[in-house]
Amino acid sequence: MIREIGDWFDARLHLAKFVRKALNHAFPDHWSFMLGEIALYSFVFLVVSGVFLAMFFNGSAVQQIYHGSYKALDGVSVSAAYQSVLHISFDVRAGLLIRQMHHWAALIFLAAIVMHLSRIFLTAAYRRPREINWMIGLTLLLLALANGFFGYSLADDLLSAAGVRIAYSVLLSIPVVGSWLTFAFFGGVVPTDATIPRMYALHIFVIPAVLAALIGLHLAIIWKQRHTNYPGPGRTDRTIVGSRMWPSYAAKSVGLCFLVFAVIAFLGAFVQIDPVWIYGPDNPAAILPNAQPDWYLGWMEGVLRLFPAAHVHVGHFLIPEIFFPGVLFPALLFLLLYTFPFLERWFILDDERTHHILLLPYQQPLTTAFGCALFMFLLVLFFSGSDDVIAVATGNSVVAIRTILRILVFVAPAATFFIAYAACRLARRHIAPQAAPSVADD
Amino acid sequence: MNQGRRIRPHGGWIGAAAAAFSGWTAGGPSTKGLRMQMAMAGENSFGDTTPDSPRVFSSEPAPGSQQHGSPQEGLRNLATLLVLFAFMLALGASIGFVVVYWTSASHALLGGMAALTMASFGCGLVLWSHWFMKHEQVIDVRETLSSPPAEQQAVTKDFLADDQVQRRKLLLGLVSGTLAAFAAAFVSLFRSFARPPYPALKPTIWRQGDRLVTLEGRPVNINTLDVGSTLSVFPENRIDAENAQVVLVRVNQNLLRLPAARANWAPSGYLAYSRVCTHAGCSVGLYEAELCLLECPCHQSTFDVLSGAQPTGGPADRELPQLPLYADADGNLRARGDFSAPPGPGFWGLP
Repeated sequence: MIREIGDWFDARLHLAKFVRKALNHAFPDHWSFMLGEIALYSFVFLVVSGVFLAMFFNGSAVQQIYHGSYKALDGVSVSAAYQSVLHISFDVRAGLLIRQMHHWAALIFLAAIVMHLSRIFLTAAYRRPREINWMIGLTLLLLALANGFFGYSLADDLLSAAGVRIAYSVLLSIPVVGSWLTFAFFGGVVPTDATIPRMYALHIFVIPAVLAALIGLHLAIIWKQRHTNYPGPGRTDRTIVGSRMWPSYAAKSVGLCFLVFAVIAFLGAFVQIDPVWIYGPDNPAAILPNAQPDWYLGWMEGVLRLFPAAHVHVGHFLIPEIFFPGVLFPALLFLLLYTFPFLERWFILDDERTHHILLLPYQQPLTTAFGCALFMFLLVLFFSGSDDVIAVATGNSVVAIRTILRILVFVAPAATFFIAYAACRLARRHIAPQAAPSVADD
Repeated sequence: MNQGRRIRPHGGWIGAAAAAFSGWTAGGPSTKGLRMQMAMAGENSFGDTTPDSPRVFSSEPAPGSQQHGSPQEGLRNLATLLVLFAFMLALGASIGFVVVYWTSASHALLGGMAALTMASFGCGLVLWSHWFMKHEQVIDVRETLSSPPAEQQAVTKDFLADDQVQRRKLLLGLVSGTLAAFAAAFVSLFRSFARPPYPALKPTIWRQGDRLVTLEGRPVNINTLDVGSTLSVFPENRIDAENAQVVLVRVNQNLLRLPAARANWAPSGYLAYSRVCTHAGCSVGLYEAELCLLECPCHQSTFDVLSGAQPTGGPADRELPQLPLYADADGNLRARGDFSAPPGPGFWGLP
């Protein structure tokens, strides 16, 4: 039966050779190589669950009086978008489950991307010939960040509306073109009815399409260049050792896919996320509860809080205080990440050779120490995004906590740098005799 | 065959930890051993007669492949049972999902069934692969990524196609110009999204004589607030006007430290400030009455209401625009005119 179907297609497409090559394709096996797969599978889940939600979501900010099944908001003026989110959550069968799973999947998607990126960084997988995939990966991260933010904002609840206002203020602060850019994107001074339809179109169509295309390209390049190998027997820059794709690797990978789905389903079922009916609809007179963004924007929230209050006048023109932490900082951060493979080549290691064997973190002390320091820097910023919550929890004033964090944001990365560097050197001294060296151009 | 086996180096706790890690990642024999093993791997694959068969690098039978009657048969049966159980649980939970969906559709039960079926299915696949599929590593030669110089030159030559194209310079120039014009045409479509930011960003929201009303539309009177309390107010009949929202605070008149020019802006200690934070546009919704500070809940900027809402802490560093007030003959609060500055976050053209 399978043979007949195969023959039918082969007679039309000449597939046998290619399919056999694919079945026997060597996939290096390692737990750290699964992080990218987890990101891929959460993306698949996001698309499928997103289609379900799009059948019910109403991407309109037109105000209407709520008379749905959530009685606590009966008679309150809400936007059509918010109303439809309540409809999904309370009236659509399995709607709340799919919505919560969609949100959890987004958090996992971003977490997997960040961990995957850290793995790539710490094992120097971005080196030639993989600079292109490094940059595609960063673009995927940026798009995922943006789409997460848009999705979160579509519900048009009190909390997400504050996020939209902050994004508006950040974009507006850009010198010269900021106000035009802001009006082109948001459609006016927020809150405005124009914003939600635009974010909706980007969230469900434009960004997912670009994400899917870039993921396809990312995988195609991996296929062409072949995966990297950790150092080990038989693995050189000219050979690759791994499991055959079929059957054992495929079974494990599909198994992983279902396990990722299972974690998403478990969280969606039992851990409440983004209960917009508790936050209430956006309302100009309401007071916001302790506002925290989704985790992946915590570092941005943190830098907005820690950065000193200082605006600049250029002649008659203003560069508002939020421009520096809100625009300049993330732009420089991503510029640094995008150009890192080249910067490393120029400043740390003068190495333009092609590499297929990964380095272990201790084998590149400076880069590892730098990466750890950067991670610690972002981690302190992440916690700074919750400094008011920390202040309440520890019984201190926000001012005191913020002062500590302002010191910590420099001291902690510096300390991390030296500790990581020393640890790498120490490890290198103890392990080097036993470890297989990276055999370049053997 | 054992090429893939780990070799544990020794050398104190760091060595042990590192060995655990590198064992995890790779194993670590010396370069010499590595070459020998490669050679062996090559030899092993010579026996295969199928065209282009992958070269087997290391191979272990599936742990569950013991023959009937072997000492591990009990374990094998146990493993078989576990995998069977996983798939049957997946099957059962899927049916459970369908039943729950068509009956109660209880959120937690439905999600629990979904999680259970997918978890057990995933476990079943992974265990099947681990116990009942051969653990085999293949080795492959990596192709050199950069093409030989001759190929590079040939493709360049064919692409440039010098011998096939006439009038190239002139026409290519014109084609590029046309493409640029296309791009300009395309980009101008974006103008449809963007209404001009001015005057919307520098609006005249409040007019002289506008009454202050609550969100529900009730006018605010000179007796509405006690000292130390606060209220959100809007211009009458234009409650949803952009950036019009105002936070009204009543303070003890004797404490006021407003600039001289604003001396008559605060009748009976009523102060009105834009409620849109000058930092990031959040609603400045919190008021600490003892300190007479307005606080933004987003980034904890604070503004001193007594001195004209000057920023006193947090990331904001421009004051909240003040709305000049007066009380009419009936005691209703009204605006003397517009805000002292455009409200909201800063921008390039802000005066």
